Parts: sequence; C-alpha cells; structure tokens
Amino acid sequence: MLLQVEGLRKTFGRRVAVDGIGFSLDVGEIVGFLGPNGAGKTTTMRMIAGYLEPDEGAAKIFNINVTQDRRRAQERLGYLPEGAPLYGEMTPWSFLRFIAEARGMSREAARHAVRRAAQDARLGDSITRPIDTLSKGYRRRVGFAAALLHDPMLLILDEPTDGLDPNQRQAVRDLIRKLGEERGLLISTHMLEEVEAVCTRAIVIDRGRIVADRTPQALIEEHGTLERAFAALTRGEERV
Amino acid sequence: MRKRPGLASMLAVYRRELLSYLTTPTAYVFVAVFLFAIGLFTFNIGGFFEARRADLTAFFAFHPWIFMVFLPAIAMRLWAEESRSGALELLLTLPAPTWALVAGKYLAAWTIAAAALALTAPLWITVNILGSPDNAAIFTAYLASLLMAGAYIAIGSAMSALTQAQIVAFVLAVLISFLLTALGLPLVLDFFSGAIGGGAAETIARFSLLHHFDAAQRGVVEFRSVFYFVSLIALCLGFTVLAVDARRGG
Repeated sequence: MLLQVEGLRKTFGRRVAVDGIGFSLDVGEIVGFLGPNGAGKTTTMRMIAGYLEPDEGAAKIFNINVTQDRRRAQERLGYLPEGAPLYGEMTPWSFLRFIAEARGMSREAARHAVRRAAQDARLGDSITRPIDTLSKGYRRRVGFAAALLHDPMLLILDEPTDGLDPNQRQAVRDLIRKLGEERGLLISTHMLEEVEAVCTRAIVIDRGRIVADRTPQALIEEHGTLERAFAALTRGEERV
Repeated sequence: MRKRPGLASMLAVYRRELLSYLTTPTAYVFVAVFLFAIGLFTFNIGGFFEARRADLTAFFAFHPWIFMVFLPAIAMRLWAEESRSGALELLLTLPAPTWALVAGKYLAAWTIAAAALALTAPLWITVNILGSPDNAAIFTAYLASLLMAGAYIAIGSAMSALTQAQIVAFVLAVLISFLLTALGLPLVLDFFSGAIGGGAAETIARFSLLHHFDAAQRGVVEFRSVFYFVSLIALCLGFTVLAVDARRGG
C-alpha cells in the first residue's frame, strides 16, 4: 500500500480542521480529494507531507509513519504545496538543482534528475529565466517538476490546476493521467469535471470528515451529476 | 540512498541562501551602509588620525554597536521571509533535518558578515603604511569580531524564526542585541553594583558581548570569551530549530 491514512485529526485552537480522516491509496489510483473551502483538504495533505503534525492518528507512506520517521517517509513522497510556492529570484533550473541537492542527491545525480523532471513537466526553454518573470501555468509546472525530481511512487498535489487557463489545465491533466499509470496520486481540486476526467476515485470531505469515498461514476449514478453529488454531500461554510 | 544525511541538505540550503543574498540588492545596501558607518565612527568619532597610533583600536571599539544594528538587518529575512512567502512549506517537506536548514541559512548570513568585515581590509593596510602595528593582535581582533558577528546573527536568526514580519524580527533582534551588549557598559555596571553589589555586577558583565569583545580587541584571546560566543551561538541556533519545528505543530 502506497499510502495509509488512519484517523487523522487536527485542531487549530478550538476549530477542528480535520476530524478523523482515514483512507488508503495504491499504485494506479488517481484519487480526487473534494470538498468546500475550509473542509480540511489542505490540512490533511500537509499532515501526510510532514509539514503539519497530526493531533491524533497517523499517515503511513510505504508503511512508514510520517510523524515517527518523517524524513524516511518524505523521501518517498512528491508533494506540490497549495499555490506552489517557489523562490522567485531563482531560475527553474537553479531552483530544481537546489531541491535535488537539498534532497541529498549528488551534483551529478541532481543534474540528471533535473533534466528528466524538467522534461516530464514540459518546462521547455524558459528554464533559465527568473521564476518571477514566468506565467502562472509555467510556475505551476516548475512546482510539478520539483515534486517529481526524486521519481516518487506517491504524489500529493494540492490544487494543481488552480488558477490556470483551460489550455494549461488540459496540459496538467494529461500529465497527471500519464503519471497515474504507474504511481499513486492524491489530488485536491475544485474542478468537478477534472475529477470525472482523470480520477479513478473521489473522496469527498466536509467539515473535516469523509462523507463519500467511491468512483466518480458511482457518484454520478447516485446523484445524476457530480455537481449534485457535491451539493448533496457537503454543506460548506456558506450554509453552516 | 543518502550518504550524508543532513550535510548535503545544509550545503544546498547554504548555497541557495548565499545566492539569494547576492542576487537581491538589500544585502549590498546593508554592507555599503555598514562600511560607511564603520568609517564614520572610526575616523570622526573614534579619532583614528588624532590618536597618532598605528593600531585599529578606534576601529574595533565600535564593532559591537554597529553589528547590533547591521547584523539583525542581514539576518531578519532568514525565516520570516520563508513563512511569509509560503516557501517554508517547501523546506519543511524536504527529507532534511531541521538543524541542517537552520545551519545552512545561518552560515550564509555569517558569510555575508565575513565579506563585509573583509571589505574593511584597506584600513588594516593603511595602518601598515602609516606605521608598524601589531598585526598578530589585529588578526586576533578580526577573528574575535567575526565570532561576535556570528553571535549577533544567531540572535537575528532566532528572532526571524518567531515571526512572518521581517521588521518585527529586526526590532526584536536589535533589542536583545542591545541588552546583551549594553550589560557590559561601565554606566550599566555602576548602576548594578550600586543596586546589588559589585560581585553581582561582575556576574552580569560576564553575560555581555561587550565584556568578552573587550579583551579580544586588544589582541588577547581568552578561552572563556570564545566559549561564551560559541555557547551563545549554539543557544540561539537551538532556539531557532525549536521555533521552526514548532511550526509543524500548527
């Protein structure tokens, strides 16, 4: 099993952000993580990535507990944080070299890894221009490349297509589909059509709890469309 | 998979941070202001020429006071900027120990301080042209100054890890640096010996950066002063590691 999440719980002050989330994910699965803003998607992903520590429960990557053996778990995970933060004054090339070397690769290995990841993420010829001067879609692909550098089996992508134009979204979806053939992916998104297009499974969460975990087709059969399923399953902040 | 866990990450972070200092204008501005200030103090206030001595006493005497403001300005961005921009999430999801990130960033800032100090070398050359100074003593004073700079930067690093706002990190670091420096002033010590007795005042002076730099700037290396600076650096960096790790708690 690539990823096992058991009873994750996280509170910020008195607010319960994640309230007992559990699921597992295996090779060949592209799992869509759905839910209204503030439902706990990003907090859950951050706990799996070892950026936040859970109050209760555990995330295990290849059966390695992220809290207890954080670095070994992080070595096996590719993570694209929400908004794909980068160092704007660097070029994609030097940024990716930095990430590769900070991951412990030798200079030679880092050079190879950067070349391969840049190709996989289709970075093309802007790789030597400062990141600050690049388009949002391109910057997102740089974040993608950074997540792919060490060729991880498990990828966690927090809103990979957020803020992209339709062409860029399509490119990212193609990439996700290709990556999903021999890896496991967990993707959070607001785009329901994206789930239908690329995901093999959808996990819907609302107010920190899982309210549905099945294939997009099953959700559609049950509710007519994914939009209706989403509206029926989640209440969101609007109606709380 | 990883031959030297931590060390490689530290070097990568060090290189990136140094590059970032060199590609943004702020570090150059701060170093220029530092050089201007040190020149102003040495010649105008310290009376370098009036003293008619071939030494750098007038120069080193002002180091603690200028470092106190200059080095927090260099160190303030180390962690505050990472958490403001969100890049902290990138760093903390790397399979690297927190100490490696802290040490890499710290050493980069220290390198900038060392470069600024190296740029004062013309002064050293000048006193050698004007007379025959005790070069061994000057070299020792430079080393002590570099070590002291390391302590101020460590304080700046710790404060930077507490906040997202660089300016808050700067003010806090200047404040703490000022307290730790001014504890060694005769004025402050007199006050303490009046209030709590001479022995206690002497104990307080031992916690002052000024006190430990005093002997060193005359060319005398005391083990306990080296020990003081190194422990202060270790303490502040340890605090930085704790403060950065505390972010994982939410």
